[in-house]
Amino acid sequence: MFDFYNRIADTQIDIVYLGETVCSKRKLLRRDDWLSLAKLLQDAGKEVVLSSMTLIEANSELSALINLCRNTDFIVEANDMAAVQQLSGQSFITGPAINIYNPHSLQVLARQGLKRWVLPLELSRQTLVDMQQEKPDNIETEVLVYGRLPLAYSARCFTARAHNLSKDDCQYRCLDYPDGLILSTQEQEKFLVLNGIQTQSAKTSNLITELDDLIQHNVDVLRISPPSRHCEKIIDVFYQCLHQNYPLDQANDELQALMPAGGHCNGYWHGSSGMDWYTKTQEAACQPTPS
Amino acid sequence: MTVSNNQHTTNKMELVCPAGNLPALKIAVDNGADAVYIGFKDDTNARHFSGLNFNEKRSRDAIEYAHHRGTKVFLAINTYPQASGWDRWQRAVDLASELGIDALIAADIGVLDYAAANKPDLRLHLSVQGSATNPEAIRFYYENFGIQRVVLPRVLSLKQVEQVATSSPVPVEVFGFGSLCVMVEGRCLLSSYVTGQSPNTFGACSPASAVQWQDTTDGLQTRLNNVLIDQYGANDPAAYPTLCKGRFQVSGNTYYAIEEPTSLNTIALLPELQAMGVVAIKLEGRQRSPAYVKQVTQVWRAALDACHNNAQNYQPKAEWLQTLYSVSEGRTTTLGAYHRPWQ
Repeated sequence: MFDFYNRIADTQIDIVYLGETVCSKRKLLRRDDWLSLAKLLQDAGKEVVLSSMTLIEANSELSALINLCRNTDFIVEANDMAAVQQLSGQSFITGPAINIYNPHSLQVLARQGLKRWVLPLELSRQTLVDMQQEKPDNIETEVLVYGRLPLAYSARCFTARAHNLSKDDCQYRCLDYPDGLILSTQEQEKFLVLNGIQTQSAKTSNLITELDDLIQHNVDVLRISPPSRHCEKIIDVFYQCLHQNYPLDQANDELQALMPAGGHCNGYWHGSSGMDWYTKTQEAACQPTPS
Repeated sequence: MTVSNNQHTTNKMELVCPAGNLPALKIAVDNGADAVYIGFKDDTNARHFSGLNFNEKRSRDAIEYAHHRGTKVFLAINTYPQASGWDRWQRAVDLASELGIDALIAADIGVLDYAAANKPDLRLHLSVQGSATNPEAIRFYYENFGIQRVVLPRVLSLKQVEQVATSSPVPVEVFGFGSLCVMVEGRCLLSSYVTGQSPNTFGACSPASAVQWQDTTDGLQTRLNNVLIDQYGANDPAAYPTLCKGRFQVSGNTYYAIEEPTSLNTIALLPELQAMGVVAIKLEGRQRSPAYVKQVTQVWRAALDACHNNAQNYQPKAEWLQTLYSVSEGRTTTLGAYHRPWQ
């Protein structure tokens, strides 16, 4: 873990989100370790954000969240309304699992101290455009442009279930699957990914070919949710496109080679099923192709 | 016994029944519902199904019928509007206020803010789609919008429900029976990933318009937007392809990788829920028939009365369970997340 973040410190990435967002049982690092990683990245010139848990059920999870929100050194990403409640009155960021679907909601959170929000994953380009037109000036907009999509959270651990274990006796089997456990249909189509209590898309969402559109609509931050491998290469491709006019089609080809199994998708951006893939030429006709 | 800060430990729990149309509403009222919940005929509510729900005229008839018999009517405006549809949700809130409903069940913070600011007489309940699973999240909605009740997502263990009920600033309502969402409500995008429509955006999960039933040489296949959800042998009963309840392959095994087709049933837990201070039990199923509403309302009315009369000696009757099995998905029921080993 420390090796990984040492390498990230040397990349061109501007912002790093740190911390466990899925399962409170996964304690790969202690809180102090996370904070020392945060300091390391900050010293390397990165903006560091401490991410918080998405599904908060037990009192112990709530206590940990409250502690995290009370840190005074780093801004926090809220992924549950409990965090928004805790962070009200100070500057904070909302992750994709906070439901901000309309400008009215954005204004409610702006009153609480919202600094930056992430477009919820199932919302389209058109909704983003509408939001950008009405959002308060001082709020930044972030869009997930690369990575498997976190689609759902449950009390049940599906990785443990796949091993005939209960969540309370999960034996941390998820650690054996750094990119999650593939769930396929009975026709062997890679469909979803089981990541403990979280279910992700098997397809990697990739908006690299929409980069000009994102910039034109004043998106401030592009988020990459990296697979277990090739993170630095993916960052480099996006950086070259943003700063060195690297051709987007070529970048798209390169990113496809770096994806984990399952293919790619961008349907949500086009107002369609999330799993669909639209090529640039198909956009006009609005017809997805199987990917 | 835990003493709730809501001081409802000795109170009777309210029975909240579903009504997808006027006949179902009348049956729920006539068979002992304390409250019924309904939605308008559009995507402002999370049961946006063809042929279901209430226009303005029907809403007025429904409220008059229920109120005349001492039954409350709750209205769900519990999906998430986007900018292009905002006016529809705003009009729905305005109409809800004008109709004189007993509570508005809402989820979106924009909708809640609009209602709190402009319709101060509207009593607000936080919908299960609001996805509040802990006291701090509930406190956000209480402090900002003055919600007076929260419907808890179906992801909490019994102990966690107790912790929330004890610390929540407002009383809690829990699901007692019906279709089981395995994923935390309000934050599940599985349906829109496959079909483009989700509970949040459209008011439906695994919508019927995306369903395909195909007879093949391998048996009956059920698909959602061409994705194979399950397939059945000649004598197997086929289930509606709700996508989290299909059979999939993981590590070479084919099984219900997320959840079996089954219904939630907490009828055995009533004394414990009452002791925790839970104020209302909600039955799922606005999309189901009036016959379903009659059966589940009768059973749960009898069960709640039995629990209220003598919680210590309360035992679910065999005939209640039999009736509930007969209307359950897959003819089986589960305690779901309430029962820790399920998780």
